[in-house]
Amino acid sequence: MAIDKENFSRREFLKHAGSFAGGVVFVSLINPFKFVFATKEPKGTGKWYGVAIDIEKCIGCGSCARACKVENDVINEPFFFRNWVEQYTITNDEQILVSSPNGGIDGFKQPVPEEEIYKTFFVPKMCNHCAKSPCTQVCPVGASFESPEGLALVDITYCIGCGYCVQACPYGCRYIDPTKGTVDKCTLCYHRLQQGLDPACMMACPTGARIYGDLNDKESALYAFIKEHNCAVLKPQLNTSSKLYYNDLSQEVH
Amino acid sequence: MDKIQSLYEALAKVEGFIYPNEIALNWDMLIVMYPYVTGLVAGAFILASLNRVFDIKALRPTYEISLLTALSFMLIATMPLISHLGQPMRFYEMLITPHLTSAMAIFGFVYLWYLMVVLLLEIWFDYRYDMVIWSREKTGIMRHVYRALTLWVSDTTPKSRKTDEKIGYFITVVGIPSAFLLHGYVGFIFGSIKANPWWSTVMMPVIFLFSAMVSGIALVMFIYMVVTWLRKQKIEMIVLDSIAKYLFYILIIDFSLESLDQVHRIYVADESFDILKILVHGKLFFSFFIMQIGIGTIIPLLTLGFLQFKKPNDKIRKAIYLILSICVLTGIFFMRWNVVIGGQLFSKSFYGFTSYKVSLIGSTDVLLSLVWFIVPFFILAFLLWLLPPWKKAPAPH
Ligand code: SF4
Ligand code: SF4
Repeated sequence: MAIDKENFSRREFLKHAGSFAGGVVFVSLINPFKFVFATKEPKGTGKWYGVAIDIEKCIGCGSCARACKVENDVINEPFFFRNWVEQYTITNDEQILVSSPNGGIDGFKQPVPEEEIYKTFFVPKMCNHCAKSPCTQVCPVGASFESPEGLALVDITYCIGCGYCVQACPYGCRYIDPTKGTVDKCTLCYHRLQQGLDPACMMACPTGARIYGDLNDKESALYAFIKEHNCAVLKPQLNTSSKLYYNDLSQEVH
Repeated sequence: MDKIQSLYEALAKVEGFIYPNEIALNWDMLIVMYPYVTGLVAGAFILASLNRVFDIKALRPTYEISLLTALSFMLIATMPLISHLGQPMRFYEMLITPHLTSAMAIFGFVYLWYLMVVLLLEIWFDYRYDMVIWSREKTGIMRHVYRALTLWVSDTTPKSRKTDEKIGYFITVVGIPSAFLLHGYVGFIFGSIKANPWWSTVMMPVIFLFSAMVSGIALVMFIYMVVTWLRKQKIEMIVLDSIAKYLFYILIIDFSLESLDQVHRIYVADESFDILKILVHGKLFFSFFIMQIGIGTIIPLLTLGFLQFKKPNDKIRKAIYLILSICVLTGIFFMRWNVVIGGQLFSKSFYGFTSYKVSLIGSTDVLLSLVWFIVPFFILAFLLWLLPPWKKAPAPH
């Protein structure tokens, strides 16, 4: 028994298909396919800062978090951090334990006996200086903004302290400073960068687990590091175009 | 500092792991109040508009009450937001230098449009004729007050009343999408935050809108009963029955939308599902299952459904309506609570929870929220005294 297909002749089909294909070619000629950038969306040709962290090298000493608190006058309480370290422990029975007591400033203790550990590692965290930063997108007054160098900064003389950016940051990198009523976050030590100095956390790291630099500079150590290592960013599904690259990032890390 | 002290308490209650900056709950009770109050405004207004556009006779006695209720709450609608800011004195920056990619920045404009263009104008055209009459009847200061309120337009010809009526109708028609905009937009403030899976859903504006209607209708029902009782007048059952009918319909839509959202989450079960499930069954159990779903939705739905078929005597019905309106108002409050507070109780790392303590003493947010909820009732009392709907001249025909 013949199946009653649509009464479309082959010639007609070819004609339609041909014009469709022609249309596609035409449209793509006037609007060529744009690359989806794997690591960044370049803006201009000036400096475009990014950071890389080598998880293999991090020993969880917390020096970076300590240095940050001091350098940037972050309130010395365990609720306000521009920079902190997390300890991940995955046990043999597949439990994922995460902790960051006082942001790792006082170091870490491993509560799980060694024979029960499947793997454990430290993940230093800080602002990802996202190229498509949701935090700057939502600021109702534009107090949170992106500098030409690709850093997400805050003008605290302008911030109204609504906390919308705190909600919008997927990585928990912002907090409202209760003494000022405005928001605070990592600036990659913008004040130091402008004087040609390295950010405090980069200086403090004893193992060289932290690298920062200009992503537009093909000669930079950062560029080479990202090229040579298998780096990943946090929560890529959120399409924030994070510029904080982790080498050897486990998928358990959020 | 008290604040730091309470953070140490919160730290002691952290379950699992949360990012260190997440221990401080950033949006407190005031931000729960904010969508709650705007929702009441939008809902009350939409009820008034339905009434006018579809010319529903049975609802006529609630028309002015709905409008004045909407206005009373609208006047303070920005206050929870402003008093929550870390720098409240800078709030005007949002109006003079709005950052247009921000969902929050537009609130001021949506608000002003709605307050100035829609609500005030509609009320003005509705009352203009009466205010002219009252300014003639009164003596002393009130005479001048009413005259000022008419903006010195003292035309009382039937033709002018017709014009008032026409313009008023036009504003109502513009007002309906505006009310939708106002509250759908408040939903978008939450729904557009992709960092937060509990908020980030396209359903959010629609859910907010329908829950707003539900709460606004319940509020008007409640106020109509209380005001009529205070005036020692007879509560007209036909009015209550028809408000209840609308409440029932909108509640069905609202419940379906919210269920759809939940069913979708459960079925799709994406990466955030596990933590949200623990959240809903744990920290939100009381406010979600008992208050929002049970008391705020299921009980009113079943009772209202039952009343569509069987009508007990007036006295019982009145009592039922009074209780139901309070149930619904409470339920919607908890719905806002579950969104705003619930959305901050779990960590964006999906590995743990923080907590939020409500205490009347020592936490300004709770006290202020109460104030912002109570003040509109005083404004309403004043407005009802100034512009008594029951003293209006009958509509011209
Ligand atoms: S990590 Fe957070 S604060 Fe930093 S740029 Fe991205 S969204 Fe903004
Ligand atoms: S807290 Fe400040 S920086 Fe953040 S969104 Fe609000 S106004 Fe902008």
